Amino acid sequence: MSPNIDSVPESAAVPTDREMVRIEHVTKQFSLRHDHSLKELAFSALQRKKLADSFLALDDVDLTVHAGETVGLIGFNGSGKSTLLKTVSGVLYPDRGRVLLRGRVAGLIEVGAGFHPDLSGRENVYLNGAILGMSREQIDAKFDEIVAFSEIEEFIDTDVKYYSSGMFLRLAFSVAVHTEPDIFLVDEILSVGDEPFQRKCLERIRELQRAGRTMIVVSHELEMLEKLCTRIVVLRKGEAIFDGEPSEAVATLRAG
Amino acid sequence: MSAGGGASAWLPSRAEQAEGWRAPGQDAGWLNPLRERFLLRLLVRKELRVRYRGSALGMLWSYVKPAVQFIVFYIALGVFLQLNRDTPAYAVYLFSGIVVVNLFGEVFGNATRSITGNQALVSKIYLPSELFPWASMIVALVHFLPQLLVLVVGALLFGWMPSFTAAIAFGLGLVILVVFTMGLGMITAALNAAFRDVENFVDLIVMVATWLSPVLYRISMVEAAIGGTIWWWLYQLNPLTIVVELFHVAFWRYTPETVQGVAADPSLASPGEPFGLWWAGMLIAVATFVVGTVLFERSKRRFAQEL
Repeated sequence: MSPNIDSVPESAAVPTDREMVRIEHVTKQFSLRHDHSLKELAFSALQRKKLADSFLALDDVDLTVHAGETVGLIGFNGSGKSTLLKTVSGVLYPDRGRVLLRGRVAGLIEVGAGFHPDLSGRENVYLNGAILGMSREQIDAKFDEIVAFSEIEEFIDTDVKYYSSGMFLRLAFSVAVHTEPDIFLVDEILSVGDEPFQRKCLERIRELQRAGRTMIVVSHELEMLEKLCTRIVVLRKGEAIFDGEPSEAVATLRAG
Repeated sequence: MSAGGGASAWLPSRAEQAEGWRAPGQDAGWLNPLRERFLLRLLVRKELRVRYRGSALGMLWSYVKPAVQFIVFYIALGVFLQLNRDTPAYAVYLFSGIVVVNLFGEVFGNATRSITGNQALVSKIYLPSELFPWASMIVALVHFLPQLLVLVVGALLFGWMPSFTAAIAFGLGLVILVVFTMGLGMITAALNAAFRDVENFVDLIVMVATWLSPVLYRISMVEAAIGGTIWWWLYQLNPLTIVVELFHVAFWRYTPETVQGVAADPSLASPGEPFGLWWAGMLIAVATFVVGTVLFERSKRRFAQEL
């Protein structure tokens, strides 16, 4: 479900000159290996077959993000948006080039990846808060706020496997937006939950913008990004082909 | 794609670091488990909860498995092969070796699967990957506790009394075992991320380990068979042999029955009593740990894409 475009608040971001993220000549190549076994390796060595197909996910990408900016990344599937976000979060490392950060980074990437179905909501909040870099004191302090935001107070001590998918995502999202990082990575998350909850999420993002947080957002919701971002980068086949005004960026992508 | 080559190219220069720049995933490396104790504790708790989900007996399984193992070996080797007759307090002898091999297998096996088992986390969210094998190791130690308890109670029944020598032998043995096995486990965890064959191979090693250290039989029998050859030296330098012998000293050697037995038959005493080749074991363990850590650090940047 995509958010109702009228409910998307205008960007509240206040860009400054302080650099927070520097992406320098980042190149990332993936090899698509089909199997993970020695047998496969041995056979392909014998047959002199190419073991893996490789493709260039990111090709010499440069990008600087300043404090307070909200930068959108758009592009068609396979253009390298998520890969770029993952190199910033530290999950993937560039083959060439480098990424530098100032401050703590946390991601709304793959919300709920750190959740375990056999733990209760409460235990998952602590586990995920810790995974996203919070200390025990920080989680203790924010716990009530996190639960209130997710609106699942009565089920917080129930195992997460009994949650509906909506409840699950709400709690996961709630933990993530309360981690208070300096740099916030958001990947295709604004399609979580029902409309009231989406509005709440967007409101929260606006709050973070006002607080001067730096954000990098990946989404296919072009209209929404256009309103939310101060700048948009268009990726095509791993190359950054445009970097600037949100409306021009969307037009560039649509022009193909 | 070499992880080690130009390892520092992705890091900010000193001047940049002074301005507050750092690279994503730039962390305390092998010291992470000490820095991130809170997260480590939560991961351990998660592992423990998940291990026994939906099982009625829960932690009791940590008693049942070694108990069955013990009974089977005791009957087959102690009674049928009559090891019982020549080895005083054979039950204690046997079980103190079994707990060593069980802890070895548990740490080694869990650590090997720790990266692949946490695939969802490794490939989607950044967190220091050293935490996974470390959490597995701690979980294994938690399961080791009940077995240790049973061993102590058993030894007490045979008239064993705790002593200073026993405490040192036990401490040395445990440290050598954990350091050595963690070293191995980090190597295999890194390799297992690339080739799943490794975990089967590890199961094989664990199975063999019971028979290639003096768990079921006495070390003097090995010397009688292959003494003087290079194999005998290799056998003695096997860290597991060293640890098992240390555990024997800790729990078996000074029970009244064994002390009497040794007086009658000096071949029951193990070579180099009381601590034997502990220094060799420690050296090998530390070396393995260093190799494991270096290898793990060099390959951890590839984990996310290999899974």
